[in-house]
Order: sequence, then C-alpha cells, then structure tokens
Amino acid sequence: MGEDMEEEYEGGIVKKFMFVNRKAPYGTIYALEVLEMVLISAAFDQDVHIAFLDDGIYQIKKGQDTKELGMKNFSPTYRALEGYDIEKLFVERESLEERGLTEDDLLVPVEVISRAEMGALMAGMDVVLTA
Amino acid sequence: MKFGILVNEGPYNHQASDSAYRFAKAAIDKGHEIYRVFFYYDGVLNATKHSEPPSDDRNVIKNWQKLAEDHKVDLVVCVAAGFRRGIVEDSLAPGFRISGLGQLIEAGIQADRMVTFGD
Repeated sequence: MGEDMEEEYEGGIVKKFMFVNRKAPYGTIYALEVLEMVLISAAFDQDVHIAFLDDGIYQIKKGQDTKELGMKNFSPTYRALEGYDIEKLFVERESLEERGLTEDDLLVPVEVISRAEMGALMAGMDVVLTA
Repeated sequence: MKFGILVNEGPYNHQASDSAYRFAKAAIDKGHEIYRVFFYYDGVLNATKHSEPPSDDRNVIKNWQKLAEDHKVDLVVCVAAGFRRGIVEDSLAPGFRISGLGQLIEAGIQADRMVTFGD
C-alpha cells in the first residue's frame, strides 16, 4: 500500500481540500479529531484550507485554559500549522460578530470573509471534510 | 462515478451509518464504485464484532460486512480514533481493516466525490 500511495502522489494529483470546523473546541471530540485530519493531510501535499465558523471559531480563540476541565489544551497546535505549510485559514465574519469577537481575539493569522464568500469558497473546493 | 464515504457517527446512536450504508448500496446498484468507506470519530464503533442488536432490529455492522463481502468494498477504521475507543485489530468484524487517517485523505484524492455522513 505504502509504495502504491507514493507512486500516486508522485503522479501529482493536487486537490483543494477544506476542513470545516463548526463546533466548540471542548465538550465534544470533533475539533481535536478534525485537527488530527488536518495534520495528516499535510503529508499529502494537497492544497489545504481550514474554515472556522459557528462555535468553531472558539477553537482558535486566544487564552484557552482547560485546567479545570481536565482536558488537554490543544490550541497551541493551530499555531504550529504554519510549520506544515498550512496557512489558508478562513474565519466567517458573521460568526465572529455574533459572538462579540474580533480578529484580535484569535491566536493565528486568518482571513476574515463573509458568510456569502465562505459559501463561494466552499463551492470551489474538491473535497470538503467536516465535523 | 467513484465515491469515497466518511462515516462520523457510531451505529444505533445516530442514523449516519445507516444512511451511509444505504447510499453506498444504492450507488453500487446504479453501477457506481465505492472507492472506500472510512470510519472516523465514533464511527469506528461500526466495526465492532461484539455488537448484538435485538433480533427484530437491523444489524448495522452485518450490513457493512455484507457490503464488503458482496462488492469488495474497502472498509477502513481509523487507528487513532479506534484505539481511543477500544477498537483494535481483535475487535474488528470481518470485512473491516484498521489503518491511518492517510487512507481518508487518499480516498479524497482518488475518489470523484467524497461524501460525509454525520452531524
């Protein structure tokens, strides 16, 4: 399998992938396991995009402290994405505004786009994976 | 068309797995190909051989198993998500295999369409 896969990627299929984060970082495991998908995708040299909308934007909010929750604070990992050449991060403006947040509250550089623009961006993707 | 399928939820608790199964079956009946079904999040629980639903209910795990038997559909369980939830090699019903998340990304690259079933 490993050999086959390598051949295929040398064949150079590059697709536009988008990982869509819609859920809060804690409370369910979705955010953490989406992040694990994102990290694996980096090994495949694809055109990776990450979208944050609805409560998903809390995943990249500054100042997360999970000590009292007894859960691991995995938010520093988002800052490491740059090192994997994953730099296309999009945040929906309406989701920010609805939660009284601004770009300054976020711990990574992102592009803030409108809900309509987000829809158009998604429509242009080859593969959209979400949770 | 070549489809990749992602199942994000466990059996019985959620309809996602039933819907994914019915989608896969309908696609095959129409002459399409299922490149792979990838089970992630609680979806990994669809692979357990220990599931024994009441006899008057559908058997979600057996449905998948039969699909793999009849049509050689590749059923892949995420190793990391599985280990978290107690799904290991020994827990697998026939027809399922355990592998890495790379298999999901690869399905996305190889399939014409990737379809997600979950919340």
